[in-house]
Amino acid sequence: MVQAHARKNSWLGGVKMNWDLLFQLMINGIIVGLLYGVVAMCFVLIYKSTQVVNFAQGEFLVLGAWVCWFFVMKWQLPFVLAFIFAMGFMTIFGILVQMVILRPLIGEPIISVIMVTIGLSIFMQALMNWVFGNSAERFPSVFGDETVSIGGLQVETAYLMSLVLSLFVMGLFYYFFKFSRYGLAMRATAFNQQVAQSLGISVKQVFAMAWAISALVSCIAGVVLGLVNAVSNSLAIIGIKVFPAVIVGGLDSIVGAVIGGVIIGLLENLAEFFDGQFFHIGNMYTVAPFYVLIIILMIRPYGLFGTKDIERI
Amino acid sequence: MSHVPHPRPCGDFRTSYSADTSLFRTKVEGWTVYLGIFALLFTPLFFNDFYISQMILIGIYAIAALGLNVLVGFTGQISLGHSAFFGFGAFASAWLNNTTGIPVFICIPLAGLMTTAIGMIFGIPAARLKGLYLAIATLASQFILQDFFSRADWFSGGAYGSAAEVVNFLGIDLDTDTKYFYLVLFWVVVSFLAVSNLRRSRDGRALVAVRDHYLSAEIMGINLTRYRIMSFGVSSFFAGLGGALYAHYLQYVSVEGFTILLSIQFLAMIIIGGLGSVSGSLLGAIFILLLPQFMEEVASSAAMVFEGIEQSKAYIKEMSVGAVIILFLIFEPEGLIHRWRLIRASWKLYPFSH
Repeated sequence: MVQAHARKNSWLGGVKMNWDLLFQLMINGIIVGLLYGVVAMCFVLIYKSTQVVNFAQGEFLVLGAWVCWFFVMKWQLPFVLAFIFAMGFMTIFGILVQMVILRPLIGEPIISVIMVTIGLSIFMQALMNWVFGNSAERFPSVFGDETVSIGGLQVETAYLMSLVLSLFVMGLFYYFFKFSRYGLAMRATAFNQQVAQSLGISVKQVFAMAWAISALVSCIAGVVLGLVNAVSNSLAIIGIKVFPAVIVGGLDSIVGAVIGGVIIGLLENLAEFFDGQFFHIGNMYTVAPFYVLIIILMIRPYGLFGTKDIERI
Repeated sequence: MSHVPHPRPCGDFRTSYSADTSLFRTKVEGWTVYLGIFALLFTPLFFNDFYISQMILIGIYAIAALGLNVLVGFTGQISLGHSAFFGFGAFASAWLNNTTGIPVFICIPLAGLMTTAIGMIFGIPAARLKGLYLAIATLASQFILQDFFSRADWFSGGAYGSAAEVVNFLGIDLDTDTKYFYLVLFWVVVSFLAVSNLRRSRDGRALVAVRDHYLSAEIMGINLTRYRIMSFGVSSFFAGLGGALYAHYLQYVSVEGFTILLSIQFLAMIIIGGLGSVSGSLLGAIFILLLPQFMEEVASSAAMVFEGIEQSKAYIKEMSVGAVIILFLIFEPEGLIHRWRLIRASWKLYPFSH
């Protein structure tokens, strides 16, 4: 993503290793990977506390970005205010989705739960195409266009800001789950719903809260991506990219989600690098994560940090 | 699945095991099906090409949905990659015919068999995974196969797509909708008969046992790995068959048609029709194919009240698919076939239906 034009030129370089390019792509990979990690965290949060797989995670992210864009461009609000409004909107949206769509399906087989979020994702995608159009729209420049030099490489400020914001969100997650009362309630519910309920935790509230937090954090990731690239419905592909990330990290581990995200981000860029330099197969950027996904599922389905599922009769 | 009473006519006692597993539950049911097929033979006489082409598409999608129903409804596996197999069948049939010159009529089932092989390879993860993990694995296979189609120029023609010949049967070119209709009807009848029979065979019961409780099934001596991979194979066969019919109907195959959206539509068909129900697959295919037409009508009439809604028809159609999936799962998770059974039961038990 950084200096894509420079990358294309260097493909002509032949078989010689291009260390600068490799380094550049790895920095790209880490920055993009951390964003994947943030989205993967949202995904894992919902899975862990409500046992629902959210196939509409990518659409949540895009919706958040669109809403923020709408407030900035149409209502002419200052960016910070628009960002806060968008986060509020997405929080309410997440709670509504949980209450209206997911709550009736508690206890239904897993295919129903998967399909209902897929249905939601189709619905939201079409709705956003309709309301916001299917072209890419830019935010007015917020971070500025300056670049910063790191180790001889030019990195745009926007990327650095997204890096900082990703790390900040992760820190917030850590604090929330480790030290706050609600975080404790959520961990208890994830551990065992019945026990949590008998200790006076409202499981309904926890479920709604999980969706609210997930939608809110998706909104942050969406706005960051919108600032870096542009807002468009094709950003929803990140909702699919999240699957390799969470499987590599382990489906029920939040730390795993972050690490999985970074691994997938790096892997994409490395696959692109080696493909561009040596193999010339093409399109490895999008497909390589899915090959890894299948391999991981075959040898270690619970991922790097997930809990191994042991079934007893 | 919740229990729906299925009252039998007086005197039908089913004294033998074979009577209990007959293809049709009652004589009336059997005759309805025979008469229905007989009536379908004459439909091209009464309907114009638009209706015939819709019926052809319904037939093709119903075959593929039936395959998915074997996998999801019978065996309880989840596949998000069905359209990739559908696409593989389409490309395989065109490729076989273009390279080897085998008549298309034979290529169509052969393409089904090739897809079976591919389906069983991609079904190998199913031996170890289930539920959500399997859903994600099949999602990956969808993307991998889609990538393969756009890359393998020798097989699929790459980005340009490939041409599929007209089906020639005993010297007759099946180049009009009316003629092609009979070919599709033939394969629909064969497929539905095959799956109905699978359901009442030893293997079919094994598949259902795997779905209901896989540990108990294994304890009873059912080889889980074998049956899970087998159900992937059977499902891919019908997907490939449907795909091949689709290719030779359009006479052109291109990569764009076989995206994850189509996979989701296949899943929507069997959920709306009824999971694990043979006739439900047909109902679901009819529903999903007629839904856009219906929404078109709705949008046209809404345009009289709301200005400018005409331009957004495409979005409304797409949204309706998503909305229908959600609404069915919330309000009628067992599908149209369940609703039909309820209606039938209340009719038969009329004064005392509760």
